[in-house]
Amino acid sequence: MATTYDHPMKQAEDEIPGSVSVVAVECVRKAFASHKVLDGVSLTVDRGETLAVLGRSGTGKSVLLRLIVGLETPDSGTIRIHGRDIAGLALDRMGEIRKKMGFLFQHAALYDSLTIAENVAFPLEHHRRDMSRAERGDRVAALLAEVGLEHGFHKMPSEISGGMQKRVGLARALALEPEILLLDEPTAGLDPIGSREIDDLILKLQHERQMASIVVTHDMHSARTIANRLALLNEGCVIAEGAFEDLQQSEIGFVKEFLKQS
Amino acid sequence: MSDLERTPAAETASRTRIQPDLPMASALGAVGNLANEFLEWFGNLGLFAWQVLRAAVTPPFEWRELVRQLDEVGSKSLPLVAMAGAAIGVVVSLEARYSLSRFGAKSMFPTTLVYSVIQVMGPIITGLVVSGRVGAGMGAELASMKVTEQIDAIEASAINPYRLLAATRILACILMLPLLTLATDACGLLTGWFAQALVEPLSFHQFISSGFSGAAFNAFLPQTFKTAVYGLIIGLIACFEGMGARGGAAGVGRAATNSVVLASLFLILADVVLVKFILVCFS
Repeated sequence: MATTYDHPMKQAEDEIPGSVSVVAVECVRKAFASHKVLDGVSLTVDRGETLAVLGRSGTGKSVLLRLIVGLETPDSGTIRIHGRDIAGLALDRMGEIRKKMGFLFQHAALYDSLTIAENVAFPLEHHRRDMSRAERGDRVAALLAEVGLEHGFHKMPSEISGGMQKRVGLARALALEPEILLLDEPTAGLDPIGSREIDDLILKLQHERQMASIVVTHDMHSARTIANRLALLNEGCVIAEGAFEDLQQSEIGFVKEFLKQS
Repeated sequence: MSDLERTPAAETASRTRIQPDLPMASALGAVGNLANEFLEWFGNLGLFAWQVLRAAVTPPFEWRELVRQLDEVGSKSLPLVAMAGAAIGVVVSLEARYSLSRFGAKSMFPTTLVYSVIQVMGPIITGLVVSGRVGAGMGAELASMKVTEQIDAIEASAINPYRLLAATRILACILMLPLLTLATDACGLLTGWFAQALVEPLSFHQFISSGFSGAAFNAFLPQTFKTAVYGLIIGLIACFEGMGARGGAAGVGRAATNSVVLASLFLILADVVLVKFILVCFS
């Protein structure tokens, strides 16, 4: 049954009282100057679950991810990671929480002065100083193989395609064995075949690693493939949340229109 | 005629009363806005500096990145500052010879050249050259990383970007500027002597003995080490402008330009203060 919210604070019917979700966003508001981007967003994600956040361009989907990873601070509301409120945490304290997260940026955000292998090794060099150089090299090779890259590790990011950059970005996001995976438009800018390959990869990783994942996308096909639940953002609020089949039963006009156009 | 109606003369008078105030008001407003912007920029720079200082003194330290930056700032600036030093050595030599000849004080040439290069020209020229090369490069590199979300990616990977990117660069500038200044001075003295020796025979040993005779270390060392402050200014402003860039390619260009212009300006202003400080403390 789809859970549709009349008000952002309405609690989901199936939420277990007292349970601590891996990621819990509660009534978060965020504005840039006078432009309100998020106006009371609430959602939760549990271990092993993938939530797809959909909405029109400019509705704050990417801002939501940036708030969860702490790159932005909410104006009000709370964001809890394993029950701990992260809003306003100092940089070094936030670092301990970020080690449990992997973030794939929309354009991969690879370090353009480093090779593919060096990009993936970057978090390991800083956080796994107990690993020897050989161990790190093996781990990098394993991560790149996991995302379907078997060779060309010495290439620079500018020398590889957009799809390969996304794969490298994904491998880098997985380097520290995260419990939470945040994906910002993972299929944006890719051809249909490339998009399906990334979807299959995310599905495979999710099945193997059982992370709590939040995927921001406006690709409905991708969302249906990889997500257990979908949350639809409009005018700064989550106006519908649930499985795709449940959303199809929604009577809310915007939801019907969005699903029809997708 | 009712109170609500105005005579044509009164109407003109009221218009002429209002109009002369507008240019004055807008000029004052513009100055006020400029002052506001400057104070805001300065405040943000102070906050940034505090973040960097906190990051710099807490482990884990980024030694490898520091070494890389020492090479980038030091070794790669060396040919440029050496050339600049060589050029000013010749210029000062030519000008000094001409001026001293007019006043019958040619024997003062070695001392004049040594003091001019080491106390005045060497430090400021080194600072301005490095500000142009390193400031622009750093500002552009960090701005490019900012607009392509690479700095966000560093932060999302639980790595402190102030420690990794800013602290290492600023420390490299602080450490390398005095050394680069020594290189500028050395090249300046060498070419200055050479330019003089072409006209009047003067051995290098004679030149050095004469130039440094009676000079104590504190005549030259403070002027050389004050360039560490130049390094702080160049590194801090370049990192601040770069890491705060926004607006795509235009933002990168702005950051690079601002890094050079503002660093050069503050460097010159700092020189005024530092010269006075050195004269008071070391004379």
